[in-house]
Amino acid sequence: MKRAFPVLAILTAVLLSYGLYQALVVAPTEQTMGDVQRIFYYHVPSAWTAFILFFVNLVASIVYLASRNPKTDALAVAAAEVGVVFCTVVLVTGPIWARPVWGIWWTWDLRLTLTLVLWLIYVSYLMLRRFSSSGQTPLIAAVLAVFGALDVPLVYFSIWFFRTQHPQPVMGNGGSIDPRMLHALLINWLAFSCFAALVCWSRYRLEVLRREVDETQALEALLEKGVPERGSSR
Amino acid sequence: MNYLYAAYAATWIIHISYLGVLVRRYTRLRHEIEELKKQ
Amino acid sequence: MSRAGSLTLATLAKDLRLEWRSKDAINSMLFFALLVVVIFSFSFDPTAEESRHIAGGLVWVAFLFAAVVALNQTWARELHNQVLDAYRVSPAPANALFLAKALGNFIFVSVLEALMTPLFIVFYNLRALGPAYQLPIVAALGTWALVVNGTFFAAMSLRTRSREIMLPLLLFPISIPALLAMVEATTSILTGEYSAKFWLVLLAAYDVLFTMASLLFFETVLHAE
Repeated sequence: MKRAFPVLAILTAVLLSYGLYQALVVAPTEQTMGDVQRIFYYHVPSAWTAFILFFVNLVASIVYLASRNPKTDALAVAAAEVGVVFCTVVLVTGPIWARPVWGIWWTWDLRLTLTLVLWLIYVSYLMLRRFSSSGQTPLIAAVLAVFGALDVPLVYFSIWFFRTQHPQPVMGNGGSIDPRMLHALLINWLAFSCFAALVCWSRYRLEVLRREVDETQALEALLEKGVPERGSSR
Repeated sequence: MNYLYAAYAATWIIHISYLGVLVRRYTRLRHEIEELKKQ
Repeated sequence: MSRAGSLTLATLAKDLRLEWRSKDAINSMLFFALLVVVIFSFSFDPTAEESRHIAGGLVWVAFLFAAVVALNQTWARELHNQVLDAYRVSPAPANALFLAKALGNFIFVSVLEALMTPLFIVFYNLRALGPAYQLPIVAALGTWALVVNGTFFAAMSLRTRSREIMLPLLLFPISIPALLAMVEATTSILTGEYSAKFWLVLLAAYDVLFTMASLLFFETVLHAE
């Protein structure tokens, strides 16, 4: 496993560079939007990657609820954090793209709003993990992840109907897509997916190590104090 | 095309910042492990 | 009646009785509700025509704040007296406790809403152009949506630092579809411009889904503390 990391890192760096080249040089310039449209090659793959990571968190949370395996929970945390990072990228690049093209920073567009709500739900998830002092935080967080997942279809439908009643500007790339553009898009998606896997793996290892250290420290403290007194307070 | 470069720069600033956070946590953890090993 | 059912009612009755006797929470919350309405009225002073379009949003944000204040003290009494531990070791079904708390909160928040509504009507000169009978339905469904998740998240927040801020942090994102539905339904009824039917169905679906989820997972959360 340890050998795989540097190999994957190099592969990712190569893919990201190639992706950048594809996005900025090879892909043809879009007719109506011009070069600004190239933000699309970073914005969309980031969104797909973020959603995949959130899905990984959901699966890990459900597995944790069933198995209570701490390693599974470590994966859940890692996926959630990296997912929020990628989701932030989507929410930042989106308005930067929208402003020159459609003249507005924001609109309650279905995809953008859904991304915002997902970001909010997962930030609240991370806040819960940070502020909870219970030993059972992983369990509570896993339940929150399930609640969040149940919410997503409702968010989708509510925004969809809201937009039919209150027509808003549509932000998107139009219908058909040039094959060279598709190629650039997919290369960048692959590159960012590998990057996400790397970062997630690192975060996972960090979490596992962190827990080992915590346990060792707790054990040390216990041994120093001697046998815990009877009837100790909470 | 400032917007284009701004978007790409923003993307990488966000990613690098997060990696920086991870590196900082890791070094802190390393220190704690050293402490534990001394005891 | 089943044991769980009678347990729920007994717990609910106990809570209501305690609340009625002390009137702590009621008094402070009534005053809070009044303050919220007045401040909102100062901040947004639209014409009668405009007010119909924005009143839905204003009213529900005000209700949301009132609900959070009520929800934050849901488990306070239990925490003080270590009642939760007793619940954990007793064979009583945890869901009975949850339902009792949720129903208690629902009654509480509904009372607050019933008191705030006339004030809003007065300050904003509101008159419904659409089917006004639908408004209590929206109120009931919407309040339950906030209260069921709020009671659940209040339980999840028990062992957190900054417990009081944790509840809204968790509640607001997940409540977004319900909030949108409540506001849109209220606005469409007040303006009479379109039908609130879709929103009512969405609210009902939200209520059913999250009530089931809360009942399913409450036992887990209770024992996790």
